[in-house]
Amino acid sequence: MTNIDPRPCVIEERLKNIKRVIAVTGWKGGIGKSVTACTLALLLARKGYKTGLFDLDFAGASDHLILGANGLFPKEEKGLEPPVHEGVKFMSVVFFSENKAVPLRGANVSDAIIELLAITQWGELDFLVLDMPPGINDAALDVMRFARKAEVLAVTTPSVLAHDVLARSLDLYKKLKVPVLGVIENMSAGGRKPKGALAVIRTDRGLEKALGRPVSLLKTRFAADLGRAVSGLF
Amino acid sequence: MHEWALAESVIKSAVEHAGTEKLKKLKETGVVFGELQAIDKEIFVFALEELRRQFPAAAACKFKIILEPATFRCKACTHEFPLKGLRKTKDEAEFIHFVPEMAHTFLKCPKCKSPDFEIAKGRGVHISYIKGDR
Repeated sequence: MTNIDPRPCVIEERLKNIKRVIAVTGWKGGIGKSVTACTLALLLARKGYKTGLFDLDFAGASDHLILGANGLFPKEEKGLEPPVHEGVKFMSVVFFSENKAVPLRGANVSDAIIELLAITQWGELDFLVLDMPPGINDAALDVMRFARKAEVLAVTTPSVLAHDVLARSLDLYKKLKVPVLGVIENMSAGGRKPKGALAVIRTDRGLEKALGRPVSLLKTRFAADLGRAVSGLF
Repeated sequence: MHEWALAESVIKSAVEHAGTEKLKKLKETGVVFGELQAIDKEIFVFALEELRRQFPAAAACKFKIILEPATFRCKACTHEFPLKGLRKTKDEAEFIHFVPEMAHTFLKCPKCKSPDFEIAKGRGVHISYIKGDR
């Protein structure tokens, strides 16, 4: 008896016209991965790049709040075409959850990710930014399995706890031969760049007020710091 | 027409499997439709017919659709229950149609009301068998 899950075989097809996949990771929660991923996507779109953003943090999906992406839904066309918001093609589980809790066990997360990767028609993109959930879990493993060209942009904070977890994650990515674009230290007090970090992003008290308003978000010190940090990478 | 994307995965997967198994001719593929995802059979079959042109190896393949009832097993109280009888709105059914895991958001165990259940059977689309000539 054959029993085949057919979905994985079309994922490569769905991602084939995407030039670069950037996975914004950091294994601790609350360190600013989602704001970094959303701001990065907005910065890339503003530079004229065809950009997509996929919120893979199913349990804590928040990119729609950061982007102020309300009232959107994918278009059905030989799959699902992500809606375009502020120049960014955006996909999130929140389109299907009515902003309610999504209580999924690991295998269910994996199934949902495979389903969305199989049915989402991204089309041609210069960049697809993946907002990864914290930790090394099903989402992270599935991205490494299916988006083989993904490059990691790691986020950390000045906390010794975040640094320690980061070191472990970088070690794993090295073993798995996943390219790491760099490490961004978020919520920094400023000053010298820590050893190994690509850049520091200073704590920005104005950031909270800009959430939900992409135009304002791009005017924050956070966006300016992030823009400088990644300018050499793209 | 989101069925199109899944139909494409089925025909591509069947052709790839035939290649791996060194089947010269792909004769029949069993395609299971899990009740939970509520795939539109007419659209799916239409998509398969259109897609045959892109996949000559599947030109003569018969796709046999098999409907599988959805059953769930509650992780909290071990109660087993079917989809029939569980209340959901039209929108909720549509969301589950796109991503069956949304069942955990909108459905709950009828006995203990927990959303922590296992989809034991009838989740979505999969291939149950492939027949061909070597």
